[in-house]
Amino acid sequence: MKKIFAVFSLFTLLAISSSALKVEDESYYEAFRGKGIKLNVFNWGEYISDGSEGTMDVLEEFEKISGIEVVYNNYETNEDLYAKLSAGKGNTQYDIIIPSDYMISRMIRENMLEKINFDNIPNVSMLDDKYRYPDFDKTGEYSVPYTWGTVGIVYNTKYVDKEDTGSWDLLWNKKYAGNILMFSNSRDAYGIALKKLGYSLNSTNRDEIEDATELLKEQRSVNQAYVMDQTFDKMENESAYIAPYYAGDCLSMMENNENLAFYYPEEGFNIFIDSICIPKGAKHKEAAEAFINFLCETEVAVANCEYICYFTPHTEAAKVLEFDERIYPTEEQLLKAESYVALPDSINSIYDSSWIEVRSSLDISELVIVGIILGLALTVLIVLTIHRRMKKGKINY
Amino acid sequence: MKTNSKAAFPYILWVLFFTVIPFILVIYYAMTSKDAGSVTLENLANASRYFPVLIRSVYLAVIATAICLVIAYPLAFTMSRCSKAMQRVILLLVMLPMWMNFLLRTYAWITILDNNGLINSFLVSLGLPKVQLINNSSAVILGMVYNYLPFMITPLYSIMTKIDKSVIEASQDLGCNSLQVITKTVLPLSFPGILTGITVTFVPAVSTFVISGLLGGSNCFLIGDLIQQQFLGNEYNLNYGAATSLMLMVVVFISMGIFNSFDNDEMEDSMI
Repeated sequence: MKKIFAVFSLFTLLAISSSALKVEDESYYEAFRGKGIKLNVFNWGEYISDGSEGTMDVLEEFEKISGIEVVYNNYETNEDLYAKLSAGKGNTQYDIIIPSDYMISRMIRENMLEKINFDNIPNVSMLDDKYRYPDFDKTGEYSVPYTWGTVGIVYNTKYVDKEDTGSWDLLWNKKYAGNILMFSNSRDAYGIALKKLGYSLNSTNRDEIEDATELLKEQRSVNQAYVMDQTFDKMENESAYIAPYYAGDCLSMMENNENLAFYYPEEGFNIFIDSICIPKGAKHKEAAEAFINFLCETEVAVANCEYICYFTPHTEAAKVLEFDERIYPTEEQLLKAESYVALPDSINSIYDSSWIEVRSSLDISELVIVGIILGLALTVLIVLTIHRRMKKGKINY
Repeated sequence: MKTNSKAAFPYILWVLFFTVIPFILVIYYAMTSKDAGSVTLENLANASRYFPVLIRSVYLAVIATAICLVIAYPLAFTMSRCSKAMQRVILLLVMLPMWMNFLLRTYAWITILDNNGLINSFLVSLGLPKVQLINNSSAVILGMVYNYLPFMITPLYSIMTKIDKSVIEASQDLGCNSLQVITKTVLPLSFPGILTGITVTFVPAVSTFVISGLLGGSNCFLIGDLIQQQFLGNEYNLNYGAATSLMLMVVVFISMGIFNSFDNDEMEDSMI
């Protein structure tokens, strides 16, 4: 999941002290005032600057400038969001959602998103075209990029030799058996295995998936645990030495433990983009577009990016922000990055069942012990039953 | 009879809405395909492919339940023979951990068992080598025993307080030694308590996912984890998840059937 930490920069402090927020065109937002609109925003937890610890309260600023009341709710996973939206089919209560790449392409495919009217979002011109027209929304009609991030490897320099780093091979290195972590979510785990093999992380080729499955099974023998959020604890207190994770989150681990370092594996890695969308049947589409435009204001984008600590697709904001070069990918590295797209259901189910196979297969030795114990338990039960029946029989005679 | 059935009405409604209908829904989802909603046995066939996971869950739950029983039985008996005030104190101590959140209780074990946890840092400070305590099936069993022990103690304790002291004295008068007192008097009389204890410990233990997720490492993937993944993970497949949980229900149902047959035997015995 996306855990966030707050960083302060002189810029935000200045922005707040110099009173009112500077926007491109104030009259655009003014037009909504007095209409009593309630905008329903559905977002990840801690995924918008909320005014805590001196940051900008984006929602409050929006309410102030436009008079639109914002009702804010959280979801935990893309699937959670998908389930809630598909339950309300076409009659959703939400006006704004911020799903990730592969979920957006799935929602486009299933006709769950409104086309956005970009005449109402002049600020979109400040976004980098690279993220405006991504693989999952090639025409850029349904989504406006909000943040992007990458996956790399965080490792502990105290235990891991520098010469072992550089590629995904580190996660398979027997030297560090028992101290390596792996994603517990299948898509990210398969992404790594497929990249290591030199395939696309959106592979739909059964043989390639089979290869990746074998590789992941092999990884299990050196793996300590399949985790998501626990990565933070385990890496920071050094109970694990190597873990793949999201770059922004790795930086927060590095700030808590100075022995940690980060790199992008040379075979390529996943780049994810979370974009703002309007679900089909949204009640206040124009207000939603005003909100999207507001999120694309430079100052707002800067505040959000500093709060969330992922990278921003906003070119003006990126100029203001200084990204930590330890985790910021170079142009050259970005060429090897690949984002997820939604796969056909038939392929998804292959991934899912293969993943369970990776997670669940029993060793021979384990099988023997299990067999003995369960056999014993069963024998005890049978003996007891027979014993009782015989006893009863005796009395009856 | 009439007044009785009227009084039962709210409970019947409750059972209908929160047990029967959900159960039918689980069966419905288990028997239908993901997109079209047509009837299929594919989910069930798929679910049965992961039988090893189920076997592992049952195996860990059986061991944990057995350990719980071994620990809880003497404790419950001793407790029931204490003074009333003392009984209250011990019961409080047994229940005290349950006041804390389940997740936190389990999470705390990570801090204790971790490679850099309390035990290992203590060992290191003594100059001893570290031991691998977490991320294996023993840690999961420990977690299960720790979390479900109160479930075993309480039914045992409540049935043992009902065993009259005079019954034990009578058996002693009739020449039983202390072992025979236990096997001939206490054990048969507390048998229903044992069955309840086993049931309420085994069922949550066999379906847990928090404990295995936190303490089990990469080799303790249980049926609960599998189900959880289908509903909350990015696999998101309700039909398959329902089929898996149906499979689990059948296993639980069968084991309960076995336990209950003992219960019936016992009742017949005591009637004779």
